[in-house]
Amino acid sequence: MLHNSQKDFIKRHIGTSKEEQSKMLNELGYESLDDLIKDTVPEKIHFKDELSIGEPNSEYEALRKLKIISKKNQIYSNFIGMGYYGTYTPNVIVRNILENPGWYTSYTPYQPEVAQGRLEMLLNFQQMVIDFTGMDIANASLLDEGTAVAEAMSLSHRINKSDSNLVFISENCHPQTIDVVKTRAEPMGLKMIVGNDKKELDKLKEDLVCGIIQYPGTLGDIKDPSESISKIHKKKGKAILACDLLALAKLKTPRELGADIAVGSSQRFGIPMGYGGPHAAFFATKDEFKRSMPGRIIGVSVDRHGNKAYRLSLQTREQHIRRDKATSNICTAQALLAIVSAAYAIYHGPEGIRAISERVSQLAKNFSDKLKQSGYKLYSDSFFDTVTIITKDKTEQIYNNALDNKVNIRKVNSSMLSISFDEKKNVYRANQLLKIFNCTESIKENPTESLSNLPKSLLRSSKYLEHPIFNTYHSETEMVRYLKKLENKDISLNRSMIALGSCTMKLNAVAEMIPITWREFAEPHPFAPIEQMDGFRTLFTDLKNWLRSITGFSGVSLQPNAGAQGEYAGLMVIRKYHSERSESNRNVCLIPSSAHGTNPASAQMAGMKVVVVNCDKDGNVDYEDLKNKAEKHSENLGALMVTYPSTHGVFEEKIIDICELIHKHRGQVYMDGANLNALVGISKPGNFGPDVCHINLHKTFSIPHGGGGPGMGPIACKKHLEIYLPSHSVIKDCGPANGIGAVSAAPWGSSSILSISWMYIKMMGSDGLKLATQNAILNANYVAKKLKNHFPILYAGKNGNVAHECIIDIRTIKSETGVTEEDIAKRLVDFGFHAPTMSWPVPGTMMIEPTESESLSELNRFCDTLIKIKSEIDKIISGEFDKIDNPIKNAPHTDLELTSNDWNHKYSREEAAYPAKFLKANKFWPPVARVDNVYGDKNIYCTCPSMDEFKEDAA
Amino acid sequence: MSEFKFSKEHEWIKLEGEVATIGITKNATEMLGDIVFIELPEKGLNVEKDGTVGVIESTKAASDVYTPVSGEVVDINKSIVDDASKINTDPEGNSWLFKLKIKDKSELDILMNKEEYDKFAKESAS
Repeated sequence: MLHNSQKDFIKRHIGTSKEEQSKMLNELGYESLDDLIKDTVPEKIHFKDELSIGEPNSEYEALRKLKIISKKNQIYSNFIGMGYYGTYTPNVIVRNILENPGWYTSYTPYQPEVAQGRLEMLLNFQQMVIDFTGMDIANASLLDEGTAVAEAMSLSHRINKSDSNLVFISENCHPQTIDVVKTRAEPMGLKMIVGNDKKELDKLKEDLVCGIIQYPGTLGDIKDPSESISKIHKKKGKAILACDLLALAKLKTPRELGADIAVGSSQRFGIPMGYGGPHAAFFATKDEFKRSMPGRIIGVSVDRHGNKAYRLSLQTREQHIRRDKATSNICTAQALLAIVSAAYAIYHGPEGIRAISERVSQLAKNFSDKLKQSGYKLYSDSFFDTVTIITKDKTEQIYNNALDNKVNIRKVNSSMLSISFDEKKNVYRANQLLKIFNCTESIKENPTESLSNLPKSLLRSSKYLEHPIFNTYHSETEMVRYLKKLENKDISLNRSMIALGSCTMKLNAVAEMIPITWREFAEPHPFAPIEQMDGFRTLFTDLKNWLRSITGFSGVSLQPNAGAQGEYAGLMVIRKYHSERSESNRNVCLIPSSAHGTNPASAQMAGMKVVVVNCDKDGNVDYEDLKNKAEKHSENLGALMVTYPSTHGVFEEKIIDICELIHKHRGQVYMDGANLNALVGISKPGNFGPDVCHINLHKTFSIPHGGGGPGMGPIACKKHLEIYLPSHSVIKDCGPANGIGAVSAAPWGSSSILSISWMYIKMMGSDGLKLATQNAILNANYVAKKLKNHFPILYAGKNGNVAHECIIDIRTIKSETGVTEEDIAKRLVDFGFHAPTMSWPVPGTMMIEPTESESLSELNRFCDTLIKIKSEIDKIISGEFDKIDNPIKNAPHTDLELTSNDWNHKYSREEAAYPAKFLKANKFWPPVARVDNVYGDKNIYCTCPSMDEFKEDAA
Repeated sequence: MSEFKFSKEHEWIKLEGEVATIGITKNATEMLGDIVFIELPEKGLNVEKDGTVGVIESTKAASDVYTPVSGEVVDINKSIVDDASKINTDPEGNSWLFKLKIKDKSELDILMNKEEYDKFAKESAS
């Protein structure tokens, strides 16, 4: 018998009580959860045994166990650098953003009226990046620096008008960046040359697609890149600088040096290293390339009343609209981390950042002076924070000496060591290092100030962070209020349920979140010697074993940093499998028309040719069409990408036949794991046909959405594909020797947040996980039942049941009344709800995924609200409401509009603002009215609004 | 509109002598919604039948612009590049996209006439 408290968390996670579940089952005509599942899941794929996860654990027990694991990580002082640096996350930011569900549980800001807070913060991030790089436009984050450089290469390739296919990457780039770019370049048909830009560029005969240079270099050296940039331009290539934000506080901007694209990581702006992530990378370029940029871009528009409002701009570049022609496959990015680093810049302001930058550089300078006095020679006398020392035959001894003192430094090769300073380092640490180098000298507490290590010709004279946003909130009181003001503008899970189909907005429990800020998980450098990281190794092993048990696959890679990156990685694994069997011609990828936009976008990145397969009238893959196309492309069939259960929220009966058909034609089956929340514990993809799948830890396994990231998208595969899983050039044993190379900058992606999924699985145990799935399916069927008399439910599977989500059809309403799914989405805001997924996967519909975490009363409140809106639509039909001037078409209603002296609508203020009783006790006031998309897309404006406008706001 | 021919990519083409004017149909603009951006080929470019020659973007969709026939681009409609919303107001008149000096007149033969296109558009919408 289990001790009762061990199961405590399960009932905290699952929103309904046993009694409520019985009641709901009863309404659906079932005796038990098992009966419902039996009637919903195809018999052939139903897994009836128990997962081998083990017993559930209470929150306290799981935290205690993870704490013991975390203590196995040895925390050394890190001077390794290579794009990862120590930083202090200001405590006001830790508590009010990083540990605050108001920020971390929100969704990607597709519904701008309920996302003005995080949109403003992401715009601040863009402004910050534009200021430091000097470029015209920046996006609101990418996954990491390595992939940001790869995206810059893709942009250059996209706009390249010549026939060249040559990419130059300087050897002064971080090795993990070179590794990621190499993996990306190959399927794009690009040739890559790695070399010294000062020498190699002159020798090139061919034109270039682009040239990539690190600034300052990975060994810390600062060389003026402008000469190399003009050589790249002469070869008709785009010049890409991978740069360091803190160094740019002192150095000339990439723009001033002639770069076309500037990328990098904002990690050292307040984001812990976390053994690799998550961190926000940035991407900035010239205005003329904006339509080819990857990732989310926040823009300024106006609302219905002409008031300033933020929104996602230029969305037509993105995968959810452009599919295989998108500028990138990126979907989930690193919104929460971009928000943290923007907040860091706001809190410190330009003076604060400059002071940190100078302090770091000064310490490096003083350290190097003492080394030189002791007879050491430097690799370069021009550096910002990283000193590379020629140590010759002393290298090994000094390196080991450092380890003995619990200090990690970078061993560049057998004759050089490299030391990177950062915000957390002080004179004490520098003197400790000097001793490690056997120097008799030491730095005094108040050293003379002179930054002669920064080349005069490259010193920055231009200003940055001049906008009032960066010059106002420097006291903790002001900062806390600014963050609260923004938080209040948004709907996140701490306000109401977010029933986004395909996004699984389940509970992100506090106990799951606590470990990410433990220093044992937050502080390690991703390239720390693995012997120090026994804690992380144990965490990875546990998680991999659990994912094996859940998916039925044998191989797991934790490297992919988001779902779309998992897709890309999985397809690259398939690509390598074919090519190793001398069938590299197999490049056709069949994708059903209902697939996520990321699928075709990822296939394109993996060098595959997308062939779209139709869906039949029931929303299933059209088997005949699939058969025809598989046959037609039999010779070249590489893969099928299939989502299961389908994006239509249905357990397709034919899934086994579909997989067998593809295998018959020697293709591989990639399963998009976006809907894994309907499978855990009741069906294993590894048992019914797919060869590889990704797992969205930020959907199924409780990592919060963070307003658009972080995510994690590990992939799992069958035995025959294991040897091709992602690898890494710096930490070699993170993957197989013959792997596809690196897909992320860090060996295990965003390692620190893997602790969230560890906690979730540990607390739920085998039984809890299965119960979660069963209840997710119960809740979806309950919602479908409640709504079906008011809105048609578009698709259903066996016995009329849906899987874990359902689609309501608005198309008839639209043709009869002119009310669209968007109108309903905006009217939901007046009721305090975030809209379900809109217009996808079928235009004119809404997809609802309630998850297992919602209570019966919340499910009812949500359904009653939709039913109430339907009754308002009926009033339009009956003529009681005007066809144009009605509360749905004008939604959402702001307090400003409602309290203004002229109210000229054909309905009352009360009908507008308080259409339901519950609102009188708890009302969300949207900060803006409906945002004008056309205006925003015609007037593209992606920086903080002018100072004048800002002052008006403040007044 | 009897002199107009239509493609399955919802483009219309009107031939005057050797020069063909090409635009997108009203039906296409209705599917796209509010058009906010258009990118057209450069003058002098030789384009192949059914090739991609530009991009058209609305607030909710983006679509490639194809050419229904081969030829050399001799003119592009600058006024719609400056204000893409004009395409919504007069797609089959003043808001043409580009003009081609065509290579092979017979390429027009396989295109649809007005009646055939209307039927095609109706079928592909349902």
